Amino acid sequence: MELISPTEFAKETIQSLQDYSILAGRSVSNLFRYPRYVADTVQQADLIGVGSLPIVVLTGFFTGAVLALNSSNTLERFGSLSLLGQLVAIGMVRELGPVLTGLMVAGRNSSGMASELGSMVVTEQIDAMRALGTDPVKKLVTPRVVSTVFMLFFLTIISDLLGLIGGGAVAVVLLGLDSHQYWSTAWQILQFQDVFMGLVKPVLFGFIIATVGCHYGISARGGTQGVGRATTQAVVASSVLILLVDFFATKFLMAVFGYR
Amino acid sequence: MAAPPTAVEQPLNSSPDTASAIITFENVAIAFEANSVLDGVSFRLAKGETKAIFGVAGSGKSTILKLALGLLKPDSGSIYVLGSDVTRMPEEELFRLRRNIGMVFQESALFDSLTVRENVAFRLMEEHDVSEEDLESRVREALSFVELEHTLDMFPSELSGGMRRRVAIARAIITRPEILLYDSPTGGLDPVTSTTIIELIVKQRDVYKTSSLLVSHRLQDAFTMATHYFDRKSNHMKALPPGSRTEIPMTFLILHNGKVIFDGDAQELAASKDEYIREYIS
Repeated sequence: MELISPTEFAKETIQSLQDYSILAGRSVSNLFRYPRYVADTVQQADLIGVGSLPIVVLTGFFTGAVLALNSSNTLERFGSLSLLGQLVAIGMVRELGPVLTGLMVAGRNSSGMASELGSMVVTEQIDAMRALGTDPVKKLVTPRVVSTVFMLFFLTIISDLLGLIGGGAVAVVLLGLDSHQYWSTAWQILQFQDVFMGLVKPVLFGFIIATVGCHYGISARGGTQGVGRATTQAVVASSVLILLVDFFATKFLMAVFGYR
Repeated sequence: MAAPPTAVEQPLNSSPDTASAIITFENVAIAFEANSVLDGVSFRLAKGETKAIFGVAGSGKSTILKLALGLLKPDSGSIYVLGSDVTRMPEEELFRLRRNIGMVFQESALFDSLTVRENVAFRLMEEHDVSEEDLESRVREALSFVELEHTLDMFPSELSGGMRRRVAIARAIITRPEILLYDSPTGGLDPVTSTTIIELIVKQRDVYKTSSLLVSHRLQDAFTMATHYFDRKSNHMKALPPGSRTEIPMTFLILHNGKVIFDGDAQELAASKDEYIREYIS
């Protein structure tokens, strides 16, 4: 493995950050410029949203189920098993729904975007697009960003609901709790700020998934090996960024809503 | 695209208008990391002229095309394309300028997820003001120019290398650009297919009088272009009579160590005493 000097490493990191910031900025500013690629956005929404539905459904259901299963033991020790619905609802809606959906979609789509755009770079298709007078950021990146943000929002809602159903199934079938009690406690505990926190996060995560995936794709170099590297880096970077942003967004929103 | 060209009996007798340069490179230099690729390159491409660029691998031939398109920015020097200095233009303006330039990439660079029809129509579809009927007829016309009308609904992966190159030519010429840039259009192709591609380039040059820069490794391709004209009557390329070869608007440019060591026509090239050039063309 070739060693690079700290100066070179710092330069490359700053250059990469700069390129990412410019790409992310342009992907948003393009929303206010013509032409707008509505058909491409709808196609991407189908690929990202509908395509991710099976993994999101499975992840949501089993996360809710296992959360209920694990928590039941602790709650039972304090004689509070009836609070299971509250715990699953708060856990899924505020945290696990958005984060796990974000991570699953990042694994599936950030890599897909990086490999697709990376292949286009190494086969000169991006250069060809520029040569034909079309802005690749407008045509390829902005539709992916818009559709990922839009679809992740709804995928998270579906994941939250499936998580609650999964928790409910465990509560009723395995723990023998009353179904009505589970759903009414789950419903009552949720307040506006909980739902708001849970639905702000997918907007941020969607933006991260699409911009990071597109950034690594567009900056791919070095043939098929470079595309493979870009794909891996996109998944790693977007997953880590999701977890980092989740912490800071949670801290910020808790401060805004006066949580302690 | 306009109506098919009318038949002509005579070989080409138009000469390039040297006063009005379509592309001008002035002292252009570019380096990639520590490697200097072009160092003080200057040349002019006149209206209607075809200039073939030669040099060993890595001498910066393809870089010249990318600089002319504004896909790369030089470290120093100026590049004027259709009167605009592309080194100072923002990307948004370059997109507008590039609509007047057609480029055929080395490996065709067709969009692999689009059909041949969508590839060729790409530029027209991006303009958003072309009707479906007009779009269809122009795509068919461009594909008939390269004799590939039957491939409309095929994907690039279903085509041979030569066919992909011809589709790339059709995509480049569909809006009848003022300039065409060919990056090794015959690279990696067998001799028969190479001749077909050269014939199409000669056809484009003689029928539509498009100014072109052509990068190639194959000197024989450029000599074929310099000694042949497109006969619209027979729809084939034909050899020029020996006396009329100077009438072809075709020049040669040779790069060596990042510098232009030759810029002139076929006769000047053949008469050159430079040792490197003699070795190169032998």
